[in-house]
Amino acid sequence: MSTLAGSTPGGGNLPGRSVAGPGDGLAPISLAGRARFAMSDAWTLALRVLLYYRHSPGLIVASLAAPLAMLVVFGYIFGSAMRVPGEAGYRDYLMPGLFTLIAVNGIMPSMTGAARDVGRGVTDRLRTLPISRSAALFGQTVADLAVSAVVLALLLGMGLALGWRAHDGLASAAAAVALLLLFRFVTNWIGIGLGLVIGREDTAAQLSVLVFPLAMVTNVFVPTGGMPGWLRVIADWNPISAVAAAARDLFGNEVPSTSAVAWPLEHPVAATLAWSALLLAVFVPLAVRAFTTHGR
Amino acid sequence: MSHSPDHPAIEVHGVHKRFGATTALRGLDLAVSAGTVCGLLGPNGAGKTTATRILATLTRPDAGRAQVAGFDVVSQPDEVRRRIGFAGQHAAVEEGITGRDNLYLIGRLHHLGARRARRRADELLERFGLHDAADRLVRGYSGGMRRRLDLIASLVIRPAVLFLDEPTTGLDPRSRGDIWEIVRELVADGTTVLLTTQYLDEADRLADDIAVLDHGRLIASGPPEALKAAIGTRVEVTLADTAQLPTAAAVLAALTGGEPTRDEAERRVGAVSVPGRPVALPRLIRDLDASGVQAQDVALGHPSLDDVFLALTGRAATDEPTTGLAPAVTP
Ligand SMILES: Nc1ncnc2c1ncn2[C@@H]1O[C@H](COP(=O)(O)OP(=O)(O)OP(=O)(O)O)[C@@H](O)[C@H]1O
Ligand SMILES: [Mg+2]
Repeated sequence: MSTLAGSTPGGGNLPGRSVAGPGDGLAPISLAGRARFAMSDAWTLALRVLLYYRHSPGLIVASLAAPLAMLVVFGYIFGSAMRVPGEAGYRDYLMPGLFTLIAVNGIMPSMTGAARDVGRGVTDRLRTLPISRSAALFGQTVADLAVSAVVLALLLGMGLALGWRAHDGLASAAAAVALLLLFRFVTNWIGIGLGLVIGREDTAAQLSVLVFPLAMVTNVFVPTGGMPGWLRVIADWNPISAVAAAARDLFGNEVPSTSAVAWPLEHPVAATLAWSALLLAVFVPLAVRAFTTHGR
Repeated sequence: MSHSPDHPAIEVHGVHKRFGATTALRGLDLAVSAGTVCGLLGPNGAGKTTATRILATLTRPDAGRAQVAGFDVVSQPDEVRRRIGFAGQHAAVEEGITGRDNLYLIGRLHHLGARRARRRADELLERFGLHDAADRLVRGYSGGMRRRLDLIASLVIRPAVLFLDEPTTGLDPRSRGDIWEIVRELVADGTTVLLTTQYLDEADRLADDIAVLDHGRLIASGPPEALKAAIGTRVEVTLADTAQLPTAAAVLAALTGGEPTRDEAERRVGAVSVPGRPVALPRLIRDLDASGVQAQDVALGHPSLDDVFLALTGRAATDEPTTGLAPAVTP
């Protein structure tokens, strides 16, 4: 029975001998040890996400599909008949909107992924391990961020190839990218929180269809100025509009407005930061709580 | 083996658990000595999974107290988690990565160093016959392979207490045998195992003690032999002629005090004697003879665990049709 005796519980450093009771050689964990373990847990769960993508690189390509389809439909079909105020063409206006879609789409894979983990019992298995709950979820969202950075870079590259340009310099463009990734981080937490609460992959998959209309009632595809009153209010205050406006602002693709502008669109960077802080303040505790208490 | 009755590895006192309108556990008491296997039996919905999940820190009891490896599952869940392995009722493995990576990640989450986690994954894959499939995605594994991977994922640390919820459901006989072997080795090494199962022969072979749950309560517990002894002797008579079944049944009823079961196709009557009324073979043969019953074969023996189960819960463990035995007797 040498193989089974190989490891001691919890990786403790005394030779393995199972004893019921506290005197089994597993030392209590210090505060510093706890912090070290939390970091290691976050990294391990990030690794899990990265390994998943390594075996399914098609997913990265697939996440480009929606923005590219929108580019064809809006940029080339509708766009051929569309005018936006100012000198810039419609496609210049559209591209930052499509970058924003990458950020918004963080909801879908994380929501179905979390619901699938619950359904298959993977969440339960993780919950029987001595890991930090928040670190576990944090690791997952950070890994997704790394993957989305690749997706965003690919779409930026395509935009440049099609003649889209950032006009306000490199630093400003970098700030735009950072803001887009921040919002992707936010939508990831929203997705994980909802997925853990829903707990069923099929329900989550059906709900993720709702993300599309959510992204439509915004300035992502057309300026909100032409929308009917009540719809315009919703679109102006939709957090997604703030992100798209901030991206346009920082990339130098904004268009002059024809009418009075709502506060979030007048200060899109501040609005994006405020929305992000608010959404994280709601969904991070929600997700951690759902992860901790699922099935109780 | 350290059997320390004053320090059971698992200790449950008066645990209650409700899910909305359903009461899953109503005052469960249970104690499992260190280094033994306890088989948790009970009909569907008896509360076996709920009890296991509470002990594995996944579910919180509404009332009562539960300790695992000396730690309280509610107030010291992390200390419990450092010492347990858990394989739930369904295989919980990540499908999109390889079997090896599954084990490696769990090792890391148990805070084994990277090298040790890798070595441990190799050892387990080698030892439990998944070596050839180690680097394939779990998505392509058969159901049995998944189950096996799920089980060894609970052994990445050598747990002090291992919870297995129906570990062999859906496995072929060989894989079942393998898993029994694993459990025996672990126990020989000092691990305490709590195992739920629908297969009574499995409990019979593996368990040092059996705990029978019904409606969220413990209704009987003890070594399998003691449980069987408590419900008397099993008598079976095979006849030459089906026509004599009723006569033979009457003889058995009078002799055992139990309610005989009849099997027309096999021309067989069987009965389990009520506790405290042992059946002697010469007497049985004399009585059958006196009634003119021509017996081809007469068998006398301990009841099976199935009989125990039926007597205790009033329900068969499996779906085979059985005519009623005596109503529930609690030893
Ligand atoms: N999460 C839950 N929500 C609602 N009801 C639940 C939940 N978990 C268990 N129950 C109910 O509690 C009772 C006990 O269920 P449990 O799963 O513990 O039974 P079991 O003995 O494991 O049954 P089986 O042999 O079918 O696995 C059942 O009536 C079940 O419907
Ligand atoms: Mg069950």
